[in-house]
Amino acid sequence: MPSPFKPSVKLTDNDVTDERVYRSRRRILKQLGFVGAGALLASSTRAADWFWEDDEKKSAFQRQALTFDSPEKYQIDAEKTPYSKASTYNNFYEFGTDKSAPAERAQSLTVDPWTLKIDGMVKKPLTLDYDDLFKRFTLEERIYRLRCVEAWSMVLPWVGFELGKLINLAEPTGSARYVAFETLYDPDQMPGQNNRFMGGGIEYPYVEGLRLDEAMHPLTLMSVGLYGKTLPPQNGAPIRLTVPWKYGFKSIKSIVKITLTDKQPPTTWNRLAPDEYGFYANVNPNVDHPRWSQASERRITTGGLFARNRIETQLFNGYQEVAPMYKGMDLRRFY
Amino acid sequence: MVTLLSKPLRLSARVRKSVKALLHVAAILFLAGLFYLGVTDRLGADPVDTLLHYTGIWTLISLFICLTLSPLSKHLPCGDLMRFRRMTGIYAFVFAFCHFLTYALFELQLNISLLGEEIVKRPYITVGMAALLILLALTATSTSNIRRRMGKRWQQLHNSIYLAMLLGLLHFTWSQKTFWQEPVFYWLIGLSLLILRKDKFQRLLRRRR
Repeated sequence: MPSPFKPSVKLTDNDVTDERVYRSRRRILKQLGFVGAGALLASSTRAADWFWEDDEKKSAFQRQALTFDSPEKYQIDAEKTPYSKASTYNNFYEFGTDKSAPAERAQSLTVDPWTLKIDGMVKKPLTLDYDDLFKRFTLEERIYRLRCVEAWSMVLPWVGFELGKLINLAEPTGSARYVAFETLYDPDQMPGQNNRFMGGGIEYPYVEGLRLDEAMHPLTLMSVGLYGKTLPPQNGAPIRLTVPWKYGFKSIKSIVKITLTDKQPPTTWNRLAPDEYGFYANVNPNVDHPRWSQASERRITTGGLFARNRIETQLFNGYQEVAPMYKGMDLRRFY
Repeated sequence: MVTLLSKPLRLSARVRKSVKALLHVAAILFLAGLFYLGVTDRLGADPVDTLLHYTGIWTLISLFICLTLSPLSKHLPCGDLMRFRRMTGIYAFVFAFCHFLTYALFELQLNISLLGEEIVKRPYITVGMAALLILLALTATSTSNIRRRMGKRWQQLHNSIYLAMLLGLLHFTWSQKTFWQEPVFYWLIGLSLLILRKDKFQRLLRRRR
């Protein structure tokens, strides 16, 4: 039974004003052309982070408690990555290429109202608004391993629903073969999108894609929460994809559009460096990235420098149940 | 050229010693602090990543300071600045070595076969190792004694500091997923330091011909 969504924190007018002031400050900075210099200084803010405890932690964004089921089969027995780490170590170039930048710059992202459109080769195109994201489907908590192409990994409790359920609701036509995803494009809120020094010079909006059978696989999750509450912006609020057997960059964040299509859709990293990032991007210890080995990974949980956290990487990140989808495929060619 | 000081500024032996002592204390505190925070897991989500970042960045910054000292001592009438050059060069090596140690001990966690494989297989690591070896050679020949004994060849060897800087910058850029990131700013600084020396490079090239 889907339970009604109740915000645990009510924002007051003061919060709204604060945000507006914050935005205008950003705009003034941008007009002065300081954003590029800001990117250079990003590392010094990081330095400040650990030399001085910052009392007024970036708390602009309020996460709300979610109601969800916790199916036994998705509760894995592994040490989880603490929320404090998962929410400060993010690749979300829309907010800067430094891993700590999204946590610093994304806090004022407007997630409500939000519109997620499902269109293309479907009989019933549909649009979900912010409340629908949490109410339309029963939410489940699933603990998944996340393996980044940069050879680090985390273990995280996501809250979400199966993408397959959403696609079924839209009723794909017989000719649909692929699913294309698109992140919000809003340079006012996502400064990296029109500043190549901040956004790493990749093409925006960020786009991703899956084969239809991959999208319909029960493991493929649309996540709306992390650690029992709604997602923070740096982790892809209000809704993101979570495909645990593929490298993290496939799990596109802050999605506004899902399009069913008959052609393999372009994907951001593949477009940038096709020899480094394939369309499939299945976790595979036998196929190295040109610049780093994929045979092993460092698991980020707790513990400092002496934590012996380097572990062997498993094919499909250990999710063997997806293997039949790739039977007969040369995984070296379709990396 | 611009002359900022009308009278040459001399730094007495005592002043030089105190400044050096201060720099030693700062550098050692910085490194010890980094490792201590890293060991106690207070260096961000991934302490290894942070430590790699800062030791790498400070290798480049030390190199930049080192290569700024000779043009600076020419344009400011303060030749004594040159007496700090060896120290900053050696610190570039110290930071680079800590960078390598972090990679071997904490990133690869002493998987020696993987270390060897990565050095050979990954161009950006090969390039970084080459830069480290150059800095090692320069550090090993840095004493006044060896300098005197090597004669002309000492300067020839130590000109390879420019190569080390370029390899270090290449290593930095190559380690990132896209070009337009932090390393771009470091390239701008590094290339300006080379442009300041264009006469020297032209002379070197002419002599070789």
